[in-house]
Amino acid sequence: MRHLAFAAGVLAATSAVAETPKLTVYTYDSFVSEWGPGPAVEKAFEGICGCDLQFVGAGDGAALLARLKLEGKRTRADVVLGLDTNLSAAAAETGLFGKHGRAPQVDVPNPEDAAGVWKDPYFLPYDWGYFAFVHDKEKLPNPPKSFEELAASDVSIVIQDPRASTPGLGLLLWVKTVHGDKAGEVWARLADNIVTVTPGWSEAYGLFLDGEADMVLSYTTSPAYHRIAESDDSKGFAPFSQHYLQIELAGKIAATDQPELADMFLEFMLSEAFQSIIPTTNWMYPAIIPEAGLPEGFNPPLEAGRALLAPANTVSALRDEALVEWLNALSQ
Amino acid sequence: MAERAVAVNLRGASAWGAAAFVALFLLAPLGAVLWSADTIAGVLTRDWTTVRFTLLQAILSAGLSVALAVPVAKALARRRFLGRKLLITLLGAPFILPVIVAVLGLLAVFGKSGVVNQLLEAFGAPPITIYGLQGVVLAHVFFNLPLATRMILQGWQGIPGERFRLAASLGMRPWQVSRTLEWPMLRAVLPGAVMVIFALCLSSFAVAITLGGGPKATTIELAIYQSFRFDFDLGRAAMLAMVQLGLAVGATALALWLAAPPGFGAGLDRVVRRWDADSPWLRLVDGGVLVLAAVFLLVPLSLVILNGISGLGQVPGVVYKAAGISVVIALISTGLTIILALALARTGEIWGYLGLAISPMVIGTGLFLLINPVMNPNALALPTTALVNALMALPFAVRVLAPQMRAVEADYGRLADALGLRGWARLRWIILPRLRKPLGFSAGLAAALSMGDLGVVALFASPDWATLPLQMYRLMGAYRMEAAAGAGLILLVLSLVLFWIFDRGGRVDVDA
Repeated sequence: MRHLAFAAGVLAATSAVAETPKLTVYTYDSFVSEWGPGPAVEKAFEGICGCDLQFVGAGDGAALLARLKLEGKRTRADVVLGLDTNLSAAAAETGLFGKHGRAPQVDVPNPEDAAGVWKDPYFLPYDWGYFAFVHDKEKLPNPPKSFEELAASDVSIVIQDPRASTPGLGLLLWVKTVHGDKAGEVWARLADNIVTVTPGWSEAYGLFLDGEADMVLSYTTSPAYHRIAESDDSKGFAPFSQHYLQIELAGKIAATDQPELADMFLEFMLSEAFQSIIPTTNWMYPAIIPEAGLPEGFNPPLEAGRALLAPANTVSALRDEALVEWLNALSQ
Repeated sequence: MAERAVAVNLRGASAWGAAAFVALFLLAPLGAVLWSADTIAGVLTRDWTTVRFTLLQAILSAGLSVALAVPVAKALARRRFLGRKLLITLLGAPFILPVIVAVLGLLAVFGKSGVVNQLLEAFGAPPITIYGLQGVVLAHVFFNLPLATRMILQGWQGIPGERFRLAASLGMRPWQVSRTLEWPMLRAVLPGAVMVIFALCLSSFAVAITLGGGPKATTIELAIYQSFRFDFDLGRAAMLAMVQLGLAVGATALALWLAAPPGFGAGLDRVVRRWDADSPWLRLVDGGVLVLAAVFLLVPLSLVILNGISGLGQVPGVVYKAAGISVVIALISTGLTIILALALARTGEIWGYLGLAISPMVIGTGLFLLINPVMNPNALALPTTALVNALMALPFAVRVLAPQMRAVEADYGRLADALGLRGWARLRWIILPRLRKPLGFSAGLAAALSMGDLGVVALFASPDWATLPLQMYRLMGAYRMEAAAGAGLILLVLSLVLFWIFDRGGRVDVDA
């Protein structure tokens, strides 16, 4: 009898699932982890959609795009969440994404257009942050305020490899957009400050916390994590005159069999319920600041004039040029 | 050469089957990547420096690991002391750690604010830096010295005790024992050990960039990774994978050509007492060697453990679930490794090495390409991870088993033939009892390696089925470094326990 009851239970469960429409969202690993935004977002969205929201994690942002290219038209994704503006042009080129048809007002710095305007037809932003060098305020009370100052100092840094990680790529574009043709020279002068280059953010941040370097390439919001989650106010970031932006994006797959649900998810993504989860789970700025404002202890964003971003359609060419300069400067 | 050290012609259905299995699951993915590539790019000239650095660090790492392992293995082979078995097990630990855990352990010793530099500072000496080629080689020696030691130790234990007894009764001096008994064994064992470690260092990627200090320390594996991730250039990735394959095959051919068969003949499987090594001077030398090796390997490990203990309280529940998943994968993978290794050990050794020669990134991607049209790759995350881990551990298992298997066949094969023992009966009565030690060691190694592997699971895993190393990285990605250190400790302990259980199982009632 117990077998029968078990079988009946399984059948009932599978038929119940079959009736609930399923929305599959591809994202990066840290988004879906228990301590990331994923679980809270899933709960909130399933509460209103009458659907089963499934996150699928695939490495980081770059790996996400690679995964989509691998799967091509056979992809099971309905929505992809976690690309950034450095990847969006390449993602749009795959032809897999459909237009979202929205023109939301967002609180994302926009170096190219009027504030609050969002014009990308394929991707919508859900959060953003500034790359910055994070340091220990006691050990390094006066951090350098520009790449020149950094290069002239004996402050040591850990950075990420632009060939293997999105923060590394962000730094590459940061130096390139600030220094243009002189970027190679700047890297050559920075060479003796670089303790080492790591494959990803985790390794670099781990080395920094273990005292291997004075500063690490991370985000302006990293100190907020230590302040809020660990009640530790010892970390700060070095304020440069301009900081390169990372804007994280989501888009829907054109061939999705759940177009309404996908649209509903994108709508939900820009709502208060989703946006208020972001700051203390993803440790980034929400794309639309919630009515209650940012959580206490969260760094207020730098003024928009200090934001730096290469236009999405130029990133690819810029990256190729900057990568060769980087390799040449640091292989000496 | 009178006799080949390694048989290359497959004999027997099981050997054929296993070789076909390995080739299918390693070469088909490579083929799938090539097939999916739009253009087959030649490897660019800028990759030449990459190839050169990859070779340089792999040669240095393999050479040093093995050179240092010889005195350590020798000391372990001829000394009996309290805690010897524990030491042997612990010495295996670095090899199975996820790279980032081991690197953080090494940095706690050799890093900027590590123990060594603090001591140097106290004595007013200039600090040393671990970053650069020296750091890469140091880390690779840290990882591979234990493996080399165990492989060479197996060789030492393979010399029948009667030979040492005879040498003693002939009044041979230690150097004469070295020349007549130990050198022929080393000739047979060392090339294989060098080759395995060389191939392992060839595909090193996280160690090489983290400790290499910058793009100077680029390896082929990083170039492959980049081709997939940022350029999505399957053609270039496949070409680079073939360069890596070529280098590994070259190294294997060289090792097989250099290796001489030992040919000691059969002993009575008795424990070895070493009359030649009784002098106080040799005791002192062996003691010193063992202390140095233990300090080098165990101090970084102890720091990993200390770090982990403080983070243990913050480890979230999902980590324990991930630990369970990793154990299951490790057990499946171990079973598969051992079956394949047994089938290949006698006549198909060379096929077992394929797993070392092909980039895991390429295998993972290729399998993904093959599975995706048929079904959701996420659904196959566990079996795929177990399979790939098994193929990755196979080279070690085969390397450890093959010489012993052939020795057993050479020594008892005719007797078994005369008795008409074939197939399972021959395995059951003749081979397995004599292979227990290397089998236990191989299984322990396979299980532990699988536990620590991050590899393909990152490509296949669905959120609910993450392995322990993957969860550890996720914790780090969420700034939770202390909890990650705690997860690292759990990983270390589980890997060691699995290793110990298998290795111990192989040595039950053959001790003394």
